[in-house]
Amino acid sequence: MQVDSALLLQLAFGGIATGSIYALVALGFNVVFKSTDAINFAQGEWVMAGGMMAAWLHQQFAWPLLAIVPLAVACVAVLGLASERLSVYPLSQPSPMAITLVTIGFAIATKALVMLTLGKLPMSLPSFSGTESIVLGGASLQPQALWIVGLLLATMAGVHLFFERTVMGKAMKAAAADREAAALVGINVARTVMWAFVIAAAVGAIAGIIITPITLTSFSAGTVLGFKGFSAAMLGGLGNLPGALVGGLLLGLLEAFSAAFISSAYKDAVAFVVLLLLLFFRPAGLLGRAQVQKV
Amino acid sequence: MHSAIGPATYRGLAVLWLVLLVVPWVAPNNYILNLATLWLINLLLVASLNLLMGYSGQISLAHGAFYGIGAYVSGVLGAKYGISPWLGLPAALAVTGAVALIVGWPTLKLRGHYLAMATLGFNAIASVLFVELRDWTGGPNGLVNIPPYVLFGWKLDSDRVFFYFTLVMAGACLVLLLNLLDSRTGRALRALSTAEIGAECMGIDVHRHKMLVFMVSAMIAALAGCLYAHHNAFVSPESFDFMTSTMLVVMVALGGTGHWWGAFFGALVYTALPEVLRSVGDLEMLVFGVSLVLVMLFFPRGLGGAMDWVLARFGRGRAGSGRND
Repeated sequence: MQVDSALLLQLAFGGIATGSIYALVALGFNVVFKSTDAINFAQGEWVMAGGMMAAWLHQQFAWPLLAIVPLAVACVAVLGLASERLSVYPLSQPSPMAITLVTIGFAIATKALVMLTLGKLPMSLPSFSGTESIVLGGASLQPQALWIVGLLLATMAGVHLFFERTVMGKAMKAAAADREAAALVGINVARTVMWAFVIAAAVGAIAGIIITPITLTSFSAGTVLGFKGFSAAMLGGLGNLPGALVGGLLLGLLEAFSAAFISSAYKDAVAFVVLLLLLFFRPAGLLGRAQVQKV
Repeated sequence: MHSAIGPATYRGLAVLWLVLLVVPWVAPNNYILNLATLWLINLLLVASLNLLMGYSGQISLAHGAFYGIGAYVSGVLGAKYGISPWLGLPAALAVTGAVALIVGWPTLKLRGHYLAMATLGFNAIASVLFVELRDWTGGPNGLVNIPPYVLFGWKLDSDRVFFYFTLVMAGACLVLLLNLLDSRTGRALRALSTAEIGAECMGIDVHRHKMLVFMVSAMIAALAGCLYAHHNAFVSPESFDFMTSTMLVVMVALGGTGHWWGAFFGALVYTALPEVLRSVGDLEMLVFGVSLVLVMLFFPRGLGGAMDWVLARFGRGRAGSGRND
């Protein structure tokens, strides 16, 4: 294989586009993990539900994307809200383990529900602004990839502003830091958990919608995306919001380059070998604070 | 959190095994009989994962991979190199134990869910290897022509004989588990899962005990893999993927984490579920997801906990399962 700068650039473009999706999914994981210490198995299903919902709306009503995208995100956010209120909120002992198990339950239910209502066929969306590739430094770049990166950055900024500038965002940070102390100063901790699930669902839906023009989507697409997003979250450090960005992009680039230079069959394995080495030598993740207690 | 282990538990197990002796004679057909065998194999998987989850507070998301390593090591040795499954079994146990040591050693030193993360990554690597080491594993099409166990020149390949063979092996494993839990080590495990720092102050080597539990649990999964491979004569990679590992965790919780009899219920659901999902429509997946949420909401201690509640309410709550530590 001739290695030149155009090829490297081409791989980097691909890696960054995929990695941006992983970063958004990881962001969803981190928001829920920060607030509950639980791993939300439904995250990937919400990504799938966002893509499926937008594609279905596009197929049924010829509305502009500008109307479809927010509507689909809102639908999935409501799904996240309903899942939390119906299953996490009523838990008598909301331990991280119990919440994690409950999310496995509604992940399975979400997947089945999408399959029963929106069908089993793969669905697609048109690219947001045409499919004519942009040539840059000898490598071609799909316009949708620019949308993906742009919307990732916008979402990241939005979530950041939410946590820094709004009362609910600050309350969520306080509750994540110390639940009992937050409750003592009058913060409704159960409500912060609810918002964490709503935000995670909305962010997941955005990821699912912007990837659908490139990869199509179907009811079974959520598991793999959730799995990759979770790995990205671990790479960056679970619960660490900027870590999601770093972990996602790193995972995307690792996959793209190992598929090209090692073998496409082993690309998943390469990413996970890196993950294991990281866990062994830097268990708090790349950006995680060194707060791990040795026993 | 833990159900009490004592003489009554041994008696309960003995009675259950005596009842199971008649299964091959009352099973209406070989399909049901094979499901019973599969239930025993799944019981080993769920009970061993329950040991880890219930007694070290750690989650392994690679139980499917350990099951697979057991199946593939013994299966490949038999199918490709003509090595007896009786030698394949210790080889599979040794490989799995060594792998568990490598994955567990650094991560079990840390507090928090680092084992869950490392094992999730490890299961992904194992899944790739099961597919890509084609010369050994047969790739995505699976490994064929795995020979059966042979005892004194007698092939253990009929469904009825293999059921008894599995019954003996599973029974031996469960007694071993009971002995482990009913020993000094078992009490140490119970102490460390209730109060880790307290246990350490009492002089219990927390890391060593967690490692022990993780390795024993992985090796029992590997044994289940050997039984599965040599009974089925065929294995394929998707039986040992991340979904398998997740579902096994779900089954432990559904049965009741740390509940001895919970594993029996978890294994029952795990065995019956694919059959039910296959024979009826798509609605079952939705029903399963919702039921899982409902069990977690109303029986946080799982079906085993529900059984205790029923026994305490309508019986005398005996058989060693009615009281908690």
